[in-house]
Amino acid sequence: MQSEVMFAGFGGQGILLIAKVLAHAAMEAGFEVVWIPSYGPEMRGGTAYCMVVISDRPIGSPIIRNPGHLVAMNRPSLEKFAPVVKPGGVVLINSSLIPVRSGRSDVDECLVPANDLAMEVGNVRAANIVALAAFVSRSRILDYDLVREAVREEFAAKAKLIPLNMEAMERGRQAALAT
Amino acid sequence: MGKILMKGNEAIGEAAIRAGCTNYFAYPITPQSEVAEYLARRLPEVGGVFLQGESEVAVSYMIFGASACGERVFTTSSSPGISLMSEGISYIAAAQCPAVFVNIMRGGPGLGGILPSQGDYFQATKGGGHGDYRLLVLAPASVQEAAEMVMQAFSLAEKYRNPVMILGDGLIGQMMEPVAFPEHLATPPVNKDDWATNGMANRGSQRPNLVKTLYLDPEQLNAHNLTLRAKYQRMRQEEVRFEPYNTEVDYQVLIVSFGTMSRVCRTAIDNLKAQGREVAMIRPQTLFPYPEAAVREAAAKASCRVVLSVEMNMGQMVEDVERSVRGQRPVEWFGKCGGEVPTPEEVMEAVRGLLAR
Repeated sequence: MQSEVMFAGFGGQGILLIAKVLAHAAMEAGFEVVWIPSYGPEMRGGTAYCMVVISDRPIGSPIIRNPGHLVAMNRPSLEKFAPVVKPGGVVLINSSLIPVRSGRSDVDECLVPANDLAMEVGNVRAANIVALAAFVSRSRILDYDLVREAVREEFAAKAKLIPLNMEAMERGRQAALAT
Repeated sequence: MGKILMKGNEAIGEAAIRAGCTNYFAYPITPQSEVAEYLARRLPEVGGVFLQGESEVAVSYMIFGASACGERVFTTSSSPGISLMSEGISYIAAAQCPAVFVNIMRGGPGLGGILPSQGDYFQATKGGGHGDYRLLVLAPASVQEAAEMVMQAFSLAEKYRNPVMILGDGLIGQMMEPVAFPEHLATPPVNKDDWATNGMANRGSQRPNLVKTLYLDPEQLNAHNLTLRAKYQRMRQEEVRFEPYNTEVDYQVLIVSFGTMSRVCRTAIDNLKAQGREVAMIRPQTLFPYPEAAVREAAAKASCRVVLSVEMNMGQMVEDVERSVRGQRPVEWFGKCGGEVPTPEEVMEAVRGLLAR
């Protein structure tokens, strides 16, 4: 069984970071995992995307045309990747910044106002964590508590940010389960 | 030992430290600059040295100098940088100095692009610099294998007193995978007192050692080249490495592919199997010495109709595949370059095309 998640957004939204957190949690859960960034000639404010592949056996191709799921943090990302998500996958839309939908009826579309929820807990920069928690809760791709531990570990060196991020996770989880 | 989630570039840097190499000279270039970034932070912690050269040409001679003094030393670069280092690599090979070069390939020729490529196959296996020399070339297909190959490269370089090259591509450098650093791969440096300019007082000798590459006497130069050739012959006998995949069944197509490209092929082979088509693969792990016998024997299987070399370039390794197969089967090439990594679907399409003929 293999699943692939495409994380996409603006450079600076913490796309690579949440992808790494998910990959880390999957590794801790005993899965094979690959984290593949886009590393074109891009800059802050440009597009950033990153694929995480999670599998129970050695992972072959790191190049994947049709990801199982999509976490879209901005509109260009949704427009670019929503059409290629496999049927039945979760398409998480950051509705704070994206005024449109995926246009797909064969995926599980999940609207979460990640930026607004992050601002409510005190820092818009936690929007990525809101989205990650929402995605994990909705897709059940991994055990939620394991991902929460991975977030905690990611911020181990900046411990004062942990409570805020834990709150961001909780908001994301609730939002995903409410819609 | 638990695994760590690491970028290939960082794992390459850490692997060198674990292998006992604390001398690293380099010049930054995408997509491998994280090696320098990582080691600039990490080497001072272990008492090592990172020096950024003023150019790749300079770096290659810093490597030469440190190696001639008997030190374990390595560098990393990407395609255009390796071109600049190639002069020094020829001298290092000629002087029989051990050293490790890592090429995280990007698209070429010229400045090309920064995305993954396997366009330096010829450069790594057939020369690059001038004269009759060979590099021992290792081709990793995962972050784990890259780490292990870096660790092994130092002892291989010392075993043969020859530069070793790790030939990876941009994806190997940029992607993260879980990695462990097996302690048994870290071997202590060999004694180099019989040739290295490591100080007569240090080695308790009255005889100076001379590291040189100039042999004006043609007889001496010929003898020197025969010595080098004997080493390369020994590599061919002792160092060939490859991984067979799905070779135990009756396959109609044999794929030959290395590095990241071979992983894409593995997925294509699995998908084709699910559709009732059997395809096998030989994945060379050493590009020099090349697994000629393995490719030839796999191609000779009665069920095999055609051999397909799949590469992220315009057809380079295919020449070694043809050389290995010796006309027993038709040999074809499929590939793309400069960041356009073929997808499993495209490889499957290429295989179906061959079977339809």
